[in-house]
Amino acid sequence: MKKKKIISFVVLILVIVILAFLLQKLLMPKYMTQIVEGALIAEYYDEKNKDHDVIFIGDCEVYENFSPITLWEEYGITSYIRGSAQQLIWHSYYLLEDTLKYEKPDIVVFSVLSMMYDTPQREAYNRMSIDGIPLSMTKINLAKASMLPEEDLITYIFPLLRYHSRWNELTKEDFEYWFKKDQIAHNGYLMRVDVKPAGYFPKPKKLSDYRFGDVCYEYLDKMVKLCKDNDIELVLLKAPSLYPHWYEEWDAQIIDYAEKNDLLYINMLNHLDEIGLDFNTDTYDAGLHLNLSGAEKSSVFLGDILKTEYNLVDKRQDENLKALWDEKADAYYKMKEEQYKELEEYGYLLKFNMKRSEGNN
Amino acid sequence: MLFTSYGFIFFLCVVIGLYYIIPKQFQWKLLLVSSFVFYYFSGWSNLIYISVTIVSTYFVGLKLDSLDRQQNLYLKENKEVLSREDKKAYKEKIKARRWRWLLLCLFFNLGILAVIKYTNFVIANINSIFTLFKLNELSFVNLLLPMGISFYTFQTMGYIIDVYRGKYGAEKNIGKLALFVSFFPQLIQGPISRYDDLSLSLYKEHNFDPKGFSFGFQRVLWGYFKKLVIADRIVIAVLEITKNPETYDGIFVLVGMVFYAIQLYADFTGGIDITIGIAQMLGIKVKENFNRPYFSKSIVEYWRRWHITMGTWFKDYIFYPLSVCKPMLNISKSSRKRFGEQIGKRVPVYLSTITVWFTTGIWHGSSWNFIVWGLLNGFVILVSQEFEPLYAKFHQKFNVRNTFGFRLFQVIRTFLLMSSLRILDCYRDVGISFRMFGSMFTKLNINELFTGSLLKLGLDISDYVVLLIGVIILISLSLVQRSGSVREKISGKPVIIRYTVFVLLFFSIIIFGAYGIGFDSNQFIYNQF
Amino acid sequence: MEALLEILGELHPEIDFETHKSLIDDKILDSFDIITIIAEINDEYDVAIPAHEITPENFNSASALYELIERLKDED
Repeated sequence: MKKKKIISFVVLILVIVILAFLLQKLLMPKYMTQIVEGALIAEYYDEKNKDHDVIFIGDCEVYENFSPITLWEEYGITSYIRGSAQQLIWHSYYLLEDTLKYEKPDIVVFSVLSMMYDTPQREAYNRMSIDGIPLSMTKINLAKASMLPEEDLITYIFPLLRYHSRWNELTKEDFEYWFKKDQIAHNGYLMRVDVKPAGYFPKPKKLSDYRFGDVCYEYLDKMVKLCKDNDIELVLLKAPSLYPHWYEEWDAQIIDYAEKNDLLYINMLNHLDEIGLDFNTDTYDAGLHLNLSGAEKSSVFLGDILKTEYNLVDKRQDENLKALWDEKADAYYKMKEEQYKELEEYGYLLKFNMKRSEGNN
Repeated sequence: MLFTSYGFIFFLCVVIGLYYIIPKQFQWKLLLVSSFVFYYFSGWSNLIYISVTIVSTYFVGLKLDSLDRQQNLYLKENKEVLSREDKKAYKEKIKARRWRWLLLCLFFNLGILAVIKYTNFVIANINSIFTLFKLNELSFVNLLLPMGISFYTFQTMGYIIDVYRGKYGAEKNIGKLALFVSFFPQLIQGPISRYDDLSLSLYKEHNFDPKGFSFGFQRVLWGYFKKLVIADRIVIAVLEITKNPETYDGIFVLVGMVFYAIQLYADFTGGIDITIGIAQMLGIKVKENFNRPYFSKSIVEYWRRWHITMGTWFKDYIFYPLSVCKPMLNISKSSRKRFGEQIGKRVPVYLSTITVWFTTGIWHGSSWNFIVWGLLNGFVILVSQEFEPLYAKFHQKFNVRNTFGFRLFQVIRTFLLMSSLRILDCYRDVGISFRMFGSMFTKLNINELFTGSLLKLGLDISDYVVLLIGVIILISLSLVQRSGSVREKISGKPVIIRYTVFVLLFFSIIIFGAYGIGFDSNQFIYNQF
Repeated sequence: MEALLEILGELHPEIDFETHKSLIDDKILDSFDIITIIAEINDEYDVAIPAHEITPENFNSASALYELIERLKDED
């Protein structure tokens, strides 16, 4: 009798755990259409070959502006972009820490735009940067560092507690991608082929204080140390996006910091002509982010610098890698073709068809 | 710490875990420490207030006891020498001293409560008089109301009055008294326990009892269901209606009234379910505070079944003592002489009733809304008392008393009457409350409900569906409960049914609970540029 | 006892107070009745029933109530 009781109790617990897991999977947002950048972080963990020369960390200025496929095809550099929407510097730091559990790249490229934020901005961006990471101390530390006052740590451990109220918003998409998701990026690069020429930008506002926040410097220091401890070259990068405005005062601080810490700092805004960027054709949202053609140009430029500065070996001769990257390139060109076709047919891209205001971070 | 915070659930798991691991003689001590930790989270300064109440009551209790012993000893030792008159005089003397100690304790502790709770209310009233005479206004004082102070003060004063009355001896162990006052599950919202009730199981050593534990846990879950799924959802619409009286009058006052009745019931009884359930998980028996109040057939009955421990507290410690005290008996005597039997006999009843309901009102909150609410309750009770003979005649003529239809009519009438009184609980001030009540009759337009306006109150169709199902479950369970404990009934069912009920309840709280940052897909639309 | 029965009978003529043993438990006497009874007992017997003696045991039957009155008289 007693034994029977224990068994039924164990079964009860199992049923609860399984149900909780299934419900959680169902209720979490899938990010398969419209806000696809939400799926970026999780996608890395499905990557079969986690061994890259270069890891990018940063916000949309990396995942929209650089294409790892181009880096491979032009220079034989393997790379992955660990980007997420409005990735703040503590996100970047812990994402790097988490990535280092899987691989040890030669170079880490950090996009410095996020130095402008020293406080968490919006819960949605926290979720998109954190939810995709498997549960670990790194994830918990990241959540602690990122949370807004109204957030609870437990919702990062059990996201069901955060997304439970989506039960009345579930769509076909949630059931379709309940267990399996499509690949939406190319080694972290989010492809857009549409064009919207850059126009007029409001004059940059004068700021009362240009100094980056102490917290940002703290994390930047930690990042430098983390890279040093792991024998990784850290590169600071300002991507060639025209907006948000990159103030000279900010630029000076990064130049100063790079010098003091013996780091390479590349401000691509200073090389627009060399890169060959034309903001009439190379951006899909009027200068905030580059489209495919722009991203490929900036990748060619950046790859050249990385290759010569750090003597990266051209891996295109490696048969295994070649097979792997050929496959990736196929998917890349297939999507490119599809996007052009859609553009021709509908005048816009279906995946992004939601009316959205200009730009994402 | 709110019952619905993650922090509290974590705290609870730790306390319950430790409770059954540590040696049993430490169990009540663990509860004492936990209660203080719990209270600490509501602000450390609150600990000062509650400690002052505990310490002062403890020593007065001991003093009352020792005076009592002194009297017994003296009378025994001098049995032979003292005359009857001497004995009486001595008794009177001791009684007077005990009375003074009791008064000291009551004035001190109720004084703290009064000062903290009512100072700003008094200042506001003085200011409104001052402005009439164009005098400078007084500034408000910044006093934070310690959580649960109204509840624990009343509970403690009940204890000291009982000690004074000789109902039981004073608690000799200050730690035990402190636990009685601060027992964390009931600290914030009651029930207002009696010492002789609660102490039976509070200090005992408890073995883990699977049945009691699981019953307690089920009750806790049921409480969370009421609070999170129903109350915290419907409150959105209640607030929308009552905070915007200009927009929502007429039929919406009725909607708000009914919604508030649902919210209040789900929230309050849910909280009490959590309290009693937690206590039960710890092996401790806390008195019931509700007895399906919305099924009451009259207001008097309603107040016997709603917030029971508060009602009996007022009855035992204010209503009866006031009604039967010497001065009141004298007033009764003289008014009977002057105004005749019929009126004279009503004097003590009226005076006590009005006093009790005034106090009940102001105990609920320091505003005219609550005072008027309390007095109206008393008024309705007295009026229905006066109509009693009329009812009797009616029932003699028409034999409907026991028909289902008539009882249903009575239940609905009582529900609507109580809900109307609670309008005062919802609106900003007394004037608006009455205006809104009036608008129900002058601006009633039922069609307004069918123009989609219900969906503009902050709830969508799916919320209403959840609420409807929730309320149906609530009512059906209450109906089932009339013939005995629902949990007992479930526990008699096969294991598969029991567990299915449990799993369904658990996940409906998790999924349908109105908690956390609501997932708002709009948040994911970028719109900051 | 006679006087007490008269007091009670006036309040609830329909009840046989000599035999009824659960006046409180059956909710025959409410709190208003109790106050009236106490006031009249005070008149009739010159005994003040204190609040803490208002218990179901003391008020459930006329005989219990009469015992209470006798006891309080004695204590005086």
